[in-house]
Amino acid sequence: MRAFTYERASSVEAAAGAAAQNPDAKFIAGGTNLLDLMKLEIEKPSHLIDVNGLGLDTIEKTQDDGLRIGALVRNTDLAADGTVRRDYGLLSRALVAGASGQLRNKATTAGNLLQRTRCPYFYDPNQACNKRNPGSGCSAIGGITRQLGVVGVSEACLATHPSDMAVAMRALDAVVETVKTDGAKRTIPIADFHRLPGDTPHIESALEHGEFITSVVLPSPVGGKQIYRKVRDRASYAFALVSVAAVIQPDGSGKVAVGGVAHKPWRIEAAEAELPKGAHAMTSALLADARPTEQNRFKISLTERTLGAVLSEAKG
Amino acid sequence: MQFEKPATTNPIDQLKVVGKPVQRIDGELKTTGRARYAYEWHDPNLPYAYGYPVGSAIAKGQITSIDSAAAKKAPGVLGIVTALDVGNLQKGKLNTANLFGGSVIQHYHQVVAVVVAETFEQARAAAALLKVDYVPEKGAFDLRAEMANAKTPDPSTEPESSVGDFEAAFSTAAVTLDAEYTTPDQSHAMMEPHASIAAWDGDEVTVWTSSQMIDWWRSDFAITLGMDKEKVHLMSPFIGGGFGGKLFLRVDAVLAAFAANAVGRPVKVALPRPMISNNTTHRPATIQRIRIGAERDGKITAIGHESWSGDLPGGGPETAVMQTRLLYAGENRMTAMKLATLDLPEGNAMRAPGEAPGLMALEIAIDEMSEKLGMDPIEFRIKNDTLVDPENPERPFSHRDLIGCLKLGAEKFGWDQRKNPATRREGNWMIGMGVAAAFRNNLVMPSGARVKLDKDGIVTVETDMTDIGTGSYTIIAQTAAEMMGVGVDRVAVQLGDSRFPVSAGSGGQFGANSATSGVYAACVKLREAIASKLGFNSADVLFEDGEVKSGNRVVRLAEAAGVDGLVGEDTIEWGELTKTHQQSTFGGHFVEVGVDVATGETRIRRMLAVCAAGRILNPITARSQVIGAMTMGAGGALSEELAVDTRHGFFVNHDLAGYEVPVHADIPHQEVIFMDETDPYSSPMKAKGVGELGLCGVSAAIANAIYNATGIRVRHYPITLDKLIDELPNVA
Repeated sequence: MRAFTYERASSVEAAAGAAAQNPDAKFIAGGTNLLDLMKLEIEKPSHLIDVNGLGLDTIEKTQDDGLRIGALVRNTDLAADGTVRRDYGLLSRALVAGASGQLRNKATTAGNLLQRTRCPYFYDPNQACNKRNPGSGCSAIGGITRQLGVVGVSEACLATHPSDMAVAMRALDAVVETVKTDGAKRTIPIADFHRLPGDTPHIESALEHGEFITSVVLPSPVGGKQIYRKVRDRASYAFALVSVAAVIQPDGSGKVAVGGVAHKPWRIEAAEAELPKGAHAMTSALLADARPTEQNRFKISLTERTLGAVLSEAKG
Repeated sequence: MQFEKPATTNPIDQLKVVGKPVQRIDGELKTTGRARYAYEWHDPNLPYAYGYPVGSAIAKGQITSIDSAAAKKAPGVLGIVTALDVGNLQKGKLNTANLFGGSVIQHYHQVVAVVVAETFEQARAAAALLKVDYVPEKGAFDLRAEMANAKTPDPSTEPESSVGDFEAAFSTAAVTLDAEYTTPDQSHAMMEPHASIAAWDGDEVTVWTSSQMIDWWRSDFAITLGMDKEKVHLMSPFIGGGFGGKLFLRVDAVLAAFAANAVGRPVKVALPRPMISNNTTHRPATIQRIRIGAERDGKITAIGHESWSGDLPGGGPETAVMQTRLLYAGENRMTAMKLATLDLPEGNAMRAPGEAPGLMALEIAIDEMSEKLGMDPIEFRIKNDTLVDPENPERPFSHRDLIGCLKLGAEKFGWDQRKNPATRREGNWMIGMGVAAAFRNNLVMPSGARVKLDKDGIVTVETDMTDIGTGSYTIIAQTAAEMMGVGVDRVAVQLGDSRFPVSAGSGGQFGANSATSGVYAACVKLREAIASKLGFNSADVLFEDGEVKSGNRVVRLAEAAGVDGLVGEDTIEWGELTKTHQQSTFGGHFVEVGVDVATGETRIRRMLAVCAAGRILNPITARSQVIGAMTMGAGGALSEELAVDTRHGFFVNHDLAGYEVPVHADIPHQEVIFMDETDPYSSPMKAKGVGELGLCGVSAAIANAIYNATGIRVRHYPITLDKLIDELPNVA
């Protein structure tokens, strides 16, 4: 870990302003991912802006019957919120499928969206990694790839996004609200928030430097059966091999996002037209462009089978 | 004391304290955080400095230069010791890879330097500034690719055995199995990382460390540092898990010693978690071929077991075939081990070395043979039970109750409820049961102790025995209490200090039986000293209720000790009984699993182990050992695998996020039953080891349960869902 300077931001504007002055600054909230990465010098901010004192920790109804989730709402609190549990059960289920109780107590809504990949080559500074060290190459390609991405991958990167929460938010059509360093506000649909690796895998989100997430807004409740099914090698405290977040309506239509397969929560709205035909048709459309390795080819059939189980559960 | 004849009745047989469920006497220290582990020793008056190691970025080659200029200038840095600075060091007798020193890189994350600073954080930050240049060399990292180059290892490893004519018997057998099994490299993944503090006083050094074997460490430390063993003082009273990973001197102690010498202050060094998998030792992967031939009635006529594993030059094989020499009858037999040179980190002992991976394979093979024969797998095992060493029939087992374990386990587990493969469903869960034999030899080691009696009647035991979480403190206290006729509350136990008599140490499930036998021997000496001082005839003297009694004379122990106290010291040594009699421990593992029909996820629902391991010294600590081992076996069956990058030669998933040991949610109700037995051939304690038995066979029981649940036979561990998914029923 490199030495860094530290400040507590007094307002959102001050936080954004402080970030604007220092290209190496990072916001820190729960720190559950950032601090680990700093210890390994994968993240090397020279300045940390602690945003924990900014409030932004409430969950409120929006004017059009949606839900505004403050950026600093802890994962535990979000999962336990009565409105979330009643109207957005998918989100609650995804949250409790992630990490451990202790981590969820610290982790925040915005921080969860900004988790970095768990690719083992990203975590080993001796190994080439375009995400950690742009242009150095990808040592995962041709290496151990069982956990890595099968779709939307590039010649530069096979990494996956590790969040469960984000997969549920993708299926729920969440919108990320931000403030830029110049004070301008904007909203980013979650579909556009996370990026595919392309040839710049180190750029993971649509955020500009210093742009600050203030909240995540969910649209009005969509009803349906809301199922989050996370598949992993051990029963808890493991990242998903594949996860399926689904909102299935009584008529068989629905929304499906998949985790563990791509650099971002994977959803193709157009593919959902296939949903009433069943898991095979839906998965074929969703993963039509998949480019798995020998080690992670199983994720294709695992996605289909898991979706099949989810659809059965939704019917039953 | 020489233990040469089977034990007769002795004071341990009173079982007033031994055999009782005594709570751990060190439990309160541990639950209140007052048990100090290696890195935690802290004298506020000492100016500790902190060392942070830098691991090699290549798997094989040479260091050409180390540029430490930037690191030296970093805040708080006190000194840097590089492998090039110290040059080639003498390697410890029990180490395969060089721990430190010189320009040759033998494996990934071999330490190339240690950076010492005022604080841990400063040392870590400065360590990242070191620039190391290497000339990499091509290495061999892929066991499968090296199989053809594997050679029969050194005869001292007893790599081969043969009885009768295996090939002929196998080729003519009515029912045969010929199958290949693989087990992956595994990491000990103990909670406490390897850590040491070294403090020099002139030419003498004290090292607080985390070691299972004090004297082994002390000897190899002295060799590596090129110093007199008598000038090395080692302290390791509490160990946060070892599993074999702390049997042998490791680099943290060496680095701490060099660093402390370089900066003239005591230095603390811990291995960072991401370095442990590749810097230290691991259980080597195996490729195993098992062939079994039997008559139609289930009698085995031919049994063959071959195993391939790899290690660095000078290393040894994973002895995966050894238990096949002893576990089942059969007139025609062969075993063989082949060793390939691999440039991966050092392979070495991990809990039940040889037995664990060997039984992972053999006990699936037995399940497969049972099915081919149309026999229940328990019946098949009973049919082929043997009461003698099958390779040397003149050598009987000292005591063997495998059949009893299997029968009792079957009854308690409800084995008769097992259905045909892939026929039992509960919702999305395919349910299956599996069984396997547990088998682990009972080893004994010389073990010394010193027992003091003071003027207050307190009995203090001193031995360099270690407690790696096993309960050594408690069973040693029980032994001394039983021998001296006092309660456990009148006994103090001091362990893990090289100033104490050399003990068995903790490993090979020999610790409990050997170390308590050493305490027994020392107590016999103390009893003689007390009797002699009192002028009692030691043959008819009784020690009970804190008193010494002979005829109508009764003297309080405190009084007998007098102001100067009394001391007994001895070492138990072992005669020919281990050679004339095969001493082993046995068990039956029963497992019920559910396999998700859609995803192939396996979740264990129930586990039962029935163990026959001689006298159980303390059912609480013994049970704790067995359920811990069963948990380790669950990890081995379902998730644990060091993934080898065969291009760059290292274990890729080198942290606890990537190397998945079981979590609480993976482990269901575990039941352990101990057979009520003693083995007078084993020791005066009539006990045997149990710490590794619980791991032996359990992974195969899980594999067999998965087969029973799904009808899919997986012979390659760990049994992850990707190995099942293509054969699972269609659920769409």
